[in-house]
Amino acid sequence: MSLFALAGAIETGLLFSLVALGVFLSFRVLDFPDLTVDGSFPLGAATAAAAITAGADPFLATAAAALSGAAAGLVTAMLNVRFKIMNLLAGILSMVALFSINLRIMGRPNLPVYGYDTVFNRFGSLFDFGLWNDTILLAIFAIGAKLAIDWFLRTEIGLALRASGENPSMSEAQGISNGGMRYLGMGLSNALVALAGALFAQMQGVADVSMGIGTIVTGLAALIIGEAVLGRRSVFLATLGCLVGALIYRLFIALALNAGFIGIKAQDLNLVTAVIVAGAVILSQSRGRLQMPPPPLIPATTKREG
Amino acid sequence: MLRLTDIRVTFNANTASEVRALQGVTLDINTGEFVTVIGSNGAGKSTLLSVIVGTVRPDYGTIWLGTNEMTDWSAARRAQHVARVFQEPRLGTCGSLSIAENLALAAKRGQQRGLRLALSGSRQQRQFADLLARLELGLEDRMTTPIGSLSGGQRQAVSLLMATLLPMRILVLDEHTAALDPAAAARVLALSAEIAGSQKLTTLMVTHSMRDALALGTRTIMMDRGRVALDIKGEEREKLDIPDLLDLFGQATGHAVDDDQLMLS
Repeated sequence: MSLFALAGAIETGLLFSLVALGVFLSFRVLDFPDLTVDGSFPLGAATAAAAITAGADPFLATAAAALSGAAAGLVTAMLNVRFKIMNLLAGILSMVALFSINLRIMGRPNLPVYGYDTVFNRFGSLFDFGLWNDTILLAIFAIGAKLAIDWFLRTEIGLALRASGENPSMSEAQGISNGGMRYLGMGLSNALVALAGALFAQMQGVADVSMGIGTIVTGLAALIIGEAVLGRRSVFLATLGCLVGALIYRLFIALALNAGFIGIKAQDLNLVTAVIVAGAVILSQSRGRLQMPPPPLIPATTKREG
Repeated sequence: MLRLTDIRVTFNANTASEVRALQGVTLDINTGEFVTVIGSNGAGKSTLLSVIVGTVRPDYGTIWLGTNEMTDWSAARRAQHVARVFQEPRLGTCGSLSIAENLALAAKRGQQRGLRLALSGSRQQRQFADLLARLELGLEDRMTTPIGSLSGGQRQAVSLLMATLLPMRILVLDEHTAALDPAAAARVLALSAEIAGSQKLTTLMVTHSMRDALALGTRTIMMDRGRVALDIKGEEREKLDIPDLLDLFGQATGHAVDDDQLMLS
């Protein structure tokens, strides 16, 4: 593998570790299998690209993208909490709706940001690390997000979020609003994913409405690989696993694409990813270590029927 | 203090599996009373507790805490006044969190949670250690252990601490010793009585054991088919033994106690 390909793999790995951290918050901490991700990733890209081409400061555009992702997460949470739509369906509805919204935001299926100032150009004009410039900026984002989540999950609210995801009955008895926690967690999770989308668009030089396909599977792959390597004994290790898992995953993909001996091409990527995730889950079931957490023992609230 | 008026709860209304869990329960519980609740399966004991903690909303009737009506309060909102210990130890605690983290969650029950670190400072640590030391289980030296690795009895003892960590008004114990071995059950039961007594809590305890129902507390309610069949306190209760209780129950309901699970001894 060339140095260039290696740098590319590390960049993409760091970028998708943001997605993995978002997926960690929804799937693991909140126990909410959230498929909004496939829509909030291109939403971040579209928002950032639209803002940048309209002349906005790239850092501001990136922040706006993260906020748009948070809004998407809140919509999914509202469908689930307020209107009692099943979590999987709530995410799918948001994802489908976002496809149209992303087209609206960009005004067309794809929006190049070539020639505009991006966070990478800005960073490059401040520091000069040559080939590793983008990598270092992405590492700052990824490690920063990891440390921020580590801190947040140790705060009073963060602890409440963890309790709510793991044991809704208990958290309710401790005065924690499980619905409120779902809003918070989904907002944070999708903000991270949209941030990744915004950075991805600026890194690739273009936002594309179809760039979100398979984002959730990639994020899950990174999460599961990370858990296989580092376990999930603590929050610190779990979030570190998101970074490590995403890097391993992208390096593996880069190697497979480079080697060429089994005839894997770029278009096979989603298939390979799905196979990796399925394989990792099947393997983990036989070892009983990486399974999805079991559903809560008893529903938190018995609703009045009829 | 705690007043329930004509509470009615029906599950799966207008379907084949309709269950009339509560059919007009009216109760007045005074401050500091320790009420033991007994009855066969399906009598409505658990539904009664669920109505009080707020996980089940009644179809009809009102619930008052002092002069505040709390019928429409969510369970989370009631949590600052009403604390609960679950039957199943796993339900009352968060397995992957440490003992200290579980206690920290309970230390903020019903209060605004902020962005301060949940585990902060040696003062809090000492407070938790002192509390745990009261259990005499050696848990004060294992505060960073995930609570999931403790035995059921230990978890239940911590649950009880968590429920009573903050000042509150009503303690609800839902067969909280049923899942424990006899020795652990006895210890947790004694601890419950001690805490309820020392903190002068208004307590409701559901139990399957008639002996416990009479031995503990100041008042005993026997439920049958969604109604309060017997309500005994004071001197009358002092003199009562289990056969008397069964007689009274028979007179009140016109049928005998019909549940193998109800421990008659």
